[in-house]
Amino acid sequence: MILETLDLDFADLERRTGWAIRPEGACKDDRCVPLPGDGSGATVDARVLAERLNMPLIHDEQAGVWALGPEGGGRALQSAQAPELLLPDWRGDEVRLSSLRGQKVLLVAWASW
Amino acid sequence: MWQELRTELHPRGLEIVTVALDANVEAAQRVIEAAKPEHPSLIDEAHLVDELFGVVNVPSGVWIDEEGMIVRPPEPAFPGRSAYRMTHVPDNLPPQLKAMLEEAQKIRTEPEKYVAALRDWVDRGAGSEYALSRGEVIERSRPRPIEEAEGAAHFELAEHLHRRGQTDDAVRHFREAHRLQPDNWTYKRQAWSLADPLQGPTEQYEGDWLSDVRKIGAENYYPPLRM
Repeated sequence: MILETLDLDFADLERRTGWAIRPEGACKDDRCVPLPGDGSGATVDARVLAERLNMPLIHDEQAGVWALGPEGGGRALQSAQAPELLLPDWRGDEVRLSSLRGQKVLLVAWASW
Repeated sequence: MWQELRTELHPRGLEIVTVALDANVEAAQRVIEAAKPEHPSLIDEAHLVDELFGVVNVPSGVWIDEEGMIVRPPEPAFPGRSAYRMTHVPDNLPPQLKAMLEEAQKIRTEPEKYVAALRDWVDRGAGSEYALSRGEVIERSRPRPIEEAEGAAHFELAEHLHRRGQTDDAVRHFREAHRLQPDNWTYKRQAWSLADPLQGPTEQYEGDWLSDVRKIGAENYYPPLRM
């Protein structure tokens, strides 16, 4: 996740990573990791979140941006629940993977290169 | 490439979603437009499916059931025929391209096996022997030590800077992503293709498609299907 500031917006975080900030901490699927504070407000310090969730936070000083990576130390899939995927289709309209619930889905990654 | 299978299996309850891992959006759009797909065809400039699902090569397929549970994590997915197979590599090609096509002929793919398993799952659902348990899905997904997670962050940064036109900065982070996830072919081929459409040797990168495939052996380019 690309960050322009270390004040990480709750809604942006959840949309991109599935991690939601609640009173009990950062939560995803059936897991919650405690965070300092009570989950009120609208932002969390990206450095604190990265440390608690074992996520890399890479800074490019020249460009003035950070990248928050996925949780390290486990597996790419920490749960069998399909992560939300929000991407534009080839005409530019946003599509949510979860909008296909109720059907079997074959997700295929390919590339033109 | 997938429309034919979609026509067959959509009436039986399967939707196909394709995700193009392309920083060059126009290149993906041209291919999709020509294929006239009836299914959602998405574009993933930053290779988010690598981070979110553990994809490291293309084509990769993930099976998701009606409740949104993954029943097979990423694995090589071919729709009944392989794009790599040619009956004959023409002689009059530039040497680099000819060498690449000849190497590609040695890549192992298992399209018949894959499609047979897919049909079985579409018809039998959880009763299919190919639908894996939740534990097995997690266990078969890619291990993610912290270096791999760092590689994902560098790749996203690289793609972001490339999009902003900061090409040299992007190259630094692409190289870090390659160092941290040396067997991630989408990270490597994306960066190589931006420097040279044929993915041949360049000044920016240590590897190139032909050298890297020869290093591991073309027969190991895809893991065998565990079906």
